Amino acid sequence: MDPAFFFIQFLSGLASASNLFLIACGLTIIFGVTRIVNFAHGSFYMLGAYFAYTLTQQMMALLGDALGFWLALPIAAVAVGLCAVVMELILLRRIYRSHELFQLLATFGVVLIVQDLVQEVWGPEELFGPRAPGFTSFVVIFGFRFPEYQLVLIAAGPLVLGALWLLFNRTRWGTLVRAATQDREMVGALGVNQARLFTGVLFLGGFLAGLAGALQLPVEPANPFMDVNIIAEAFVVTVIGGMGNVLGAFLAALIIAQLQAFGILVFPEITLVLPFLVMALVLVVRPWGLLGKPETSTSHGFAGDRPLRPLSRTQQALVAALIAVLLLLPLVVGEYSQKLALEVFIYALFAFSLNFIMGAGGMVSFGHAAYFGLGGYGAALLVHHLGLNMELAILAAPIAAGLGALLFGWFVVRLSGVYLAMLTLAFAQIVWSTAFQWVELTGGDNGLIGIWPSQWASDRTVYYYLTLLVCGAAIAFLWRASHAPFGYTLRAGRDSTVRADAIGIDLKRHQWLAFALAGTCAGIAGGMFVFSKGNIDPGSLAIPTSVDALVMVLLGGIQTLTGPLVGGAVFHLLEAYILPLTDYWRAFLGAVILVLVIAFPMGLAGFLRDRLTREESAS
Amino acid sequence: MTAVLEVDDLRKAFGGVVAVDRVSFTVEAGKLFAIIGPNGAGKSTCFNMVGGQLPPDAGRVRLGGEDITGLPPRRIWRLGVGRTFQVAATFTAMTVVENVQMAFISHRRRLRALIPAARRLYRDEAMAVLERVGVADQAERQCGLLAYGDIKRVELAIALAHEPRLLLMDEPTAGMAARERIDLMALTAEIVRERGISVLFTEHDMDVVFAHADTLLVLDRGRTVATGTPQEVRENPEVQRIYLGGAGVAAAQRAMEARA
Repeated sequence: MDPAFFFIQFLSGLASASNLFLIACGLTIIFGVTRIVNFAHGSFYMLGAYFAYTLTQQMMALLGDALGFWLALPIAAVAVGLCAVVMELILLRRIYRSHELFQLLATFGVVLIVQDLVQEVWGPEELFGPRAPGFTSFVVIFGFRFPEYQLVLIAAGPLVLGALWLLFNRTRWGTLVRAATQDREMVGALGVNQARLFTGVLFLGGFLAGLAGALQLPVEPANPFMDVNIIAEAFVVTVIGGMGNVLGAFLAALIIAQLQAFGILVFPEITLVLPFLVMALVLVVRPWGLLGKPETSTSHGFAGDRPLRPLSRTQQALVAALIAVLLLLPLVVGEYSQKLALEVFIYALFAFSLNFIMGAGGMVSFGHAAYFGLGGYGAALLVHHLGLNMELAILAAPIAAGLGALLFGWFVVRLSGVYLAMLTLAFAQIVWSTAFQWVELTGGDNGLIGIWPSQWASDRTVYYYLTLLVCGAAIAFLWRASHAPFGYTLRAGRDSTVRADAIGIDLKRHQWLAFALAGTCAGIAGGMFVFSKGNIDPGSLAIPTSVDALVMVLLGGIQTLTGPLVGGAVFHLLEAYILPLTDYWRAFLGAVILVLVIAFPMGLAGFLRDRLTREESAS
Repeated sequence: MTAVLEVDDLRKAFGGVVAVDRVSFTVEAGKLFAIIGPNGAGKSTCFNMVGGQLPPDAGRVRLGGEDITGLPPRRIWRLGVGRTFQVAATFTAMTVVENVQMAFISHRRRLRALIPAARRLYRDEAMAVLERVGVADQAERQCGLLAYGDIKRVELAIALAHEPRLLLMDEPTAGMAARERIDLMALTAEIVRERGISVLFTEHDMDVVFAHADTLLVLDRGRTVATGTPQEVRENPEVQRIYLGGAGVAAAQRAMEARA
């Protein structure tokens, strides 16, 4: 092929590297100082584009094309920076000391709220921005036409890197940021006003993300999917570079963008998967990224963790009563309620399996949907392509999910904390991209339809009992395992890796097995789900589904075994009754997350437990 | 006398700093062996190389004649080495007795059992160990809620559970009140002597060291300054100069007299 063509491809790679770096550097700076992985960073980026859209329209009319346009971009970025400041003041301040799970979820709550806000203000359509005055034409490089504006983008990355270097090495504030990245307690102890420093850092991060979004407007229309599309890649770049390291983010952005620029020539189907594959590989070789430093936390327990207790007599009677009610339910309620109830069983199992690795194992998974979806797809593919019946397909679901979890888990358990969460997210994105892009096999975006139960189980009530039996048995098994030595071993590793190691526990191996077991059970839930709906699409293994599972666990309370079950039920019923009533389901869900994280970190079951035990000790 | 632990020419450098420089010593069966030295002498580094937390750059560690150099802590534990930490490491969200039960479950290799209730396994054995270290009355409390002195005792109970031949105790009394320190060390000495367990420990408190150690190793900046009985070390002029100082000598004297 023509070497000139490769050079043009290389230049395109540089332009998208700049864009990636602008987003990722803010993310990594915020993480370095506050230790919060900011999901809302994608929202900042999207807001940057929308603000720029509105501002360029107004200001180009007012001040003329050139001045109006080039003033509008920095103003948009400043406006986004101010939004980030508001988020810091209202939300982040309250959760700096919380568990990383709560921090991740809280910023995801902001993502959901911003999505609905943006749709409300700007509508769901793509909004095309103006072309950049002064850079509207092409330059000819080796006989190829290359857009001038791309050259502006190529320059933006190194310019921002240079500006950040000056800021961090030549100003007092920048020195404080670097110091806080290394040891924020120490910076606090030296009398630095931490609150103001953190607010400033959020402004800087928001500003950079907003700038990236604004600069992108002439190239890509503002649209309401920008946030989620970019955030996963931005995570990948920060993680590969080493979280908290700006130069690392720059290198990683270069690597990822160039791999994509050239990968698309060789193997176009792989573009969505590629960044996540690279990230998984880098983390295996360098668990803390290219230029990152190891985190030194040895405990991953949650505030409010208590010893496990066996069910009391009263509780056993309650469980028996609940089972009786569930068995009798189809006699009193109609088809719709039965369908709702059996979905509750499925989600309860999904949430319970997540909590097995998260609550007991201390491993925060942001990609548990992968195993739910693998189960679902595993079953659906066998029915669709091989014409297998339901019985065999449902057996295949946990096997598919279990094998996936066994493979991914091997990598995942090598990490801990935020890095572990990011890797689970990456693997889930790999599975999602595959389902989305491999159209011949999976039906792509439309998914697979017509996956119905066998004749004998096609009656709603029969399928209700089948789901109750299968999910109930799986939950009972995991419950048992939680109280058994295996569950205790996980809890031991969560409380103290050092102590676990010093009593002969091979923690990684047990975490790996637990990850596979939890994935297998999520696969059972996924298998039952497919046959209850009759279809499956990539949404079942996308990030929002993983977050749904996390919200269920959080809603019920991560510190108790009953929590995820309660949470799964409450969440699904809320979804069923509130979703049809409102256009703002996402904002509602986001608000629920924020309230839970800030006001009820113990969840419903934990809240009740604490109320009850307080009454016991008071009496 | 048989050697339980033999350390030969152990060395570890962090960047340009040589934290432990060719240190050798031998812990005899049933004896208490103390490593002392000022801050930064390399005590904890030495310790972590014996316990498997740090791989040495050079040198050998042998347990009962078997080479254990560079093995991970969990393997070393399986060979009969119990361990306590400078900052007590326990399972904070379990009850006290469950902490000790975990050690038994691991020792009997039942960590992967999925069906039996863990809280019913080896409970009597665990209670017996708690009884011995004097915290049986706290057995059902959540470990993380105990007073620090009691947590240290729980840690000792965990370390004793699999009847080790060697105990590694990194500053066993750090962070405790004076009275508690003396009691805990006296208890430890009593238990290990009745069971014939060897102990390797580091300690800052000279009263504790000179009251219980059979042999001392003095380190300074990673190098061996002296080895010998408490008497020999106390009289070594080099040790007096670099480490004990006036007050230290007096404390050593006091402790020796109290012991006699």
